[in-house]
Amino acid sequence: MHKRIFIFYYDGFKKMTWGRKLWGIILLKLFIMFAILRLFFFPDLLKRDFDSDEERASHVLDQMINP
Amino acid sequence: MIDSIDMSLVDWSRGQFALTAMFHWIFVPLTLGLSFIVAFMHTIYVRTGDEEWKRITKFWMKLFGINFAIGVATGIILEFEFGTNWSNYSWFVGDIFGAPLAIEGIFAFFLESTFIAVMFFGWNKVSKRFHLTASWLTAFGASLSAVWILVANAWMQHPVGTVFNPETARNEMINFWDVIFSEVAVNKFLHTIGSSFLLASIFVIGVSAWFLLRKREVLFAKRSTVIASVFGAIAAIGTIVTGDTSARIVAREQPMKFAAMEALYEGQTHAPLVAIGAMRTDTVSYPNPREEFIFKIEIPNALSYMVFLTPSGFIPGISDLVYGSEEHNFMSYGERIERGAVAIQTLKDLKMAKERGDQVSYDKLVEKFSDPIWIDQYYQHFGYGYYKGRDLKELIPNVKMNFYSFHVMVILGGHFLIFTMLVLWLSLKNRWGNHKWLLWVALITMPMPWIASQAGWVLAELGRQPWVVYELMPNITAVTRLKPVAVQITFWIFLVTFSLLFIAEVRIMIAQIKKGPGGE
Repeated sequence: MHKRIFIFYYDGFKKMTWGRKLWGIILLKLFIMFAILRLFFFPDLLKRDFDSDEERASHVLDQMINP
Repeated sequence: MIDSIDMSLVDWSRGQFALTAMFHWIFVPLTLGLSFIVAFMHTIYVRTGDEEWKRITKFWMKLFGINFAIGVATGIILEFEFGTNWSNYSWFVGDIFGAPLAIEGIFAFFLESTFIAVMFFGWNKVSKRFHLTASWLTAFGASLSAVWILVANAWMQHPVGTVFNPETARNEMINFWDVIFSEVAVNKFLHTIGSSFLLASIFVIGVSAWFLLRKREVLFAKRSTVIASVFGAIAAIGTIVTGDTSARIVAREQPMKFAAMEALYEGQTHAPLVAIGAMRTDTVSYPNPREEFIFKIEIPNALSYMVFLTPSGFIPGISDLVYGSEEHNFMSYGERIERGAVAIQTLKDLKMAKERGDQVSYDKLVEKFSDPIWIDQYYQHFGYGYYKGRDLKELIPNVKMNFYSFHVMVILGGHFLIFTMLVLWLSLKNRWGNHKWLLWVALITMPMPWIASQAGWVLAELGRQPWVVYELMPNITAVTRLKPVAVQITFWIFLVTFSLLFIAEVRIMIAQIKKGPGGE
């Protein structure tokens, strides 16, 4: 069963014609998004700057009451 | 209350989010609509065994694949922005967004991405029935993804089924069904799906018209047009009906947005609906008594009738909402600001009580946030409290943008209804394609649903400004305190990346269309 599924996908990708270009675009896009944008420009700030949910809650509360 | 916030940071952050969302929305409606049209065509092929239907299905499936590939994952950037640019908001709504987005990720995305492979690779490899099932499951998977995103957006427009926990500074879901079956969520889903079907139908009709104009693949083009016009006509009616319901919901739940989208400054009974109008270029959002239109054509009583089903219904104007009206039971923004400030002060007292270890005061203050009377009197005005000492005009959305986006959407919606009905009628009489000018109309109409769809979102999102979570969290509180230049850099990076992706989409799409259903 697993072999059949593998062959199904393997054959599908191997016989792709116009789809290759699309896969190229998808992979390039995912690389830009996760390896560049996410890593260098879009950190999850609350996760990065605080160790616990309690600290995060306290920070956001501060922002809400002392904006 | 908020004096230190750099408004350019808020504006750039909003601009960045709008750019990302609007770019994402170029692809999503075509994916949603085309997936069902392809599944329907595939069904006809499986039932009839007619090889021409197989060619038709494969061609539109190919265009669906291009659109899916270019558009896929562009929405993830929005989630990046939540964590970086809107971290306060992200924390505040965390639990509400967490559940729908997790469900979207686990079920819908995997359903869609698993079966899309079977849909494309399955020709002559799996049984016809299983292959067809994969096409339908791909379509349903796409719509299922949309459900959860739209539920999350609907909650921001109309927060229900949740309570605010002052200890964690988060909203917590108390009734999942209230969140997903709120009137706003259900109608938003139906309106969005309907308009996406309409968009995809007009896309198919337009591309088919191009083939007919060039007298290529006539049978393919005519059959595609029949299917698309049936879908389009039904979707046009559905979109108008749900749009009408949506207007009634907005009038009740977001009266400021409703007043702005009709540029109604002074409330009135027997309120007319502006069918077409041009506003003065120096229009301001702030209530003032002068005439704001250079010209307008009105339908008498229509606005009151649309909302209340009677012409005597009172539609509040911007002034009534800002200054309040005892007669019509609208609390002034001044009063709401005072009450909101009390709620914010309570939260402040609560934090101070915790810091000094005063457990008795702390427990009392926490209790307030679960007291329905206190919530009704103070907490429901929470967001207004941030505007104490600020100009009231900050609480009024951009009237001109709302007015034009609403009217562009409605006028185009009317055009789509007439157009799809006409195409359907001519197709059924086998006369579609006889008039060259109509084929040109189809081509010119092709980009219009994108304009209407984007206008709809502009209205939905700009109309509720300044609220990120309606009346609870304004954009000035939701935004992360970053340096504006950091947001500007990513804005321009996105603009360049998105433009390149869009050019790639259009070029690949045009190349494949030119090859036609026979080309590989």
